Amino acid sequence: MGITIALPGALQPYAGGSAEVTLADRCRTVAEALAALAARHGGVIDRVTDERGELRPHVNVFVDGENVRFLDGLRTALDEASTIVIVPAVSGG
Amino acid sequence: MAAEPREGDVVLLVGTMKGAFLVWSGADRGEWRIEGPHFRGESVYALAMDQRGGRRRMLAATRSMHWGALIRASDDYGATWTEPDRQNVRFPEGSGDALVNIWQIRPGRASEPDVLYAGVEPAALFESRDAGESWSPVEGLLNHEHRKRWMPGAGGLCLHTILPHPDDDQRMVVAISTGGVYRTEDGGRSWNPRNVGVRAVFLPDHYPEFGQCVHKIAHHPSRPERLFLQNHWGLYRSDDWGDQWHDIANGVPSDFGFAMEVHPHDPDTVYIVPLDSDQFRCVPDARMRVYRTRDAGASWQPLETGLPQHDAYDTVLRDALAADRHDPAGIYFGTRGGKLYGSADEGERWTEIADDLPPIVCVKAAVIGAA
Repeated sequence: MGITIALPGALQPYAGGSAEVTLADRCRTVAEALAALAARHGGVIDRVTDERGELRPHVNVFVDGENVRFLDGLRTALDEASTIVIVPAVSGG
Repeated sequence: MAAEPREGDVVLLVGTMKGAFLVWSGADRGEWRIEGPHFRGESVYALAMDQRGGRRRMLAATRSMHWGALIRASDDYGATWTEPDRQNVRFPEGSGDALVNIWQIRPGRASEPDVLYAGVEPAALFESRDAGESWSPVEGLLNHEHRKRWMPGAGGLCLHTILPHPDDDQRMVVAISTGGVYRTEDGGRSWNPRNVGVRAVFLPDHYPEFGQCVHKIAHHPSRPERLFLQNHWGLYRSDDWGDQWHDIANGVPSDFGFAMEVHPHDPDTVYIVPLDSDQFRCVPDARMRVYRTRDAGASWQPLETGLPQHDAYDTVLRDALAADRHDPAGIYFGTRGGKLYGSADEGERWTEIADDLPPIVCVKAAVIGAA
């Protein structure tokens, strides 16, 4: 049991090469899960959120298949076994 | 990099919307070799070559649309770059700001070889005292009472130019778009606007204390108090370190433009690239012309030999004009259309060095071995 965070390829170098990180911590929200991730892999969180703790505009975070932008943002509640997926948005130029 | 550069070789550090390129030549500046892209897909608005203290360090401000901006360094001419784990330029907690982009990297004075400065968006000045390992904001400007009243221009609200006084570590001038020119005389603890005489056509009061959209300022280290300024409409000079500015748009087709560079060996010789207008940001009459003054702005002459003189619907941005330190000096500029031009004779004759790069936002020139 635990919360799983799936990382895109671009962020895996900042998590020791891992594609997935499992959190043993009890995290009730996405913000708490990202804080737990930050404690282990600060380089990942710097690229997902800005200095204010806000999600970067071209990064999407899904919880159990739903984009948190359409839920409660970083306050979106987690289950004990939620899966968080971080992906770059389909933006570019 | 194909071979170790030799003393006297020239490298152009070219930042584009999709990566950086290093463009190499010998001291004769005859043939050029393009190497890159570095940081594929990331925009690079600021580059610098730091050769103080025996270094051969390149610095690059890279911005991923997804993952944010940071400063990387290379000590092997771009063969490898640092990959900072953490965002190394960051606003302090509680400031309410978050870094958008890095617009300028400026090595500090020769007497302080470990000091570097960075200008960022939203407008703030950062300083490193360990040769770029760590960065911290200059609090006197970050907490300035005017700061909340500065407004973003089309490119964002950025601090884009940093001019440390070469002989006095307490003195510095910076330029902010849109905020104007600010000056410190006490090492950054306090800053005062220095915009008297500079017009702001987009404000009800055309001559406010601050809020001007200054596009670029430049000076020569041998005469640091003489400053030149390319404004959002307006071309100016100050002979007193920014206390008063005087119009010097004498014989230019337009006083709108972005780029400005001082000749490396003559404080009265300055290069600009006028643009048609704020509404049509292309070179006037679709003719690519660099303008040069040799008398500190009393007169300006077009330099066009070798540059396209028809159908040149292109523009040159604020940091995309540079000079090398050879004698005669090489002058270089890049365009939004991805063309890179160079002159080995101070602008008399130009050649096209590259014609299909991504949109160019930054050009810096360095002579290997010349600090």
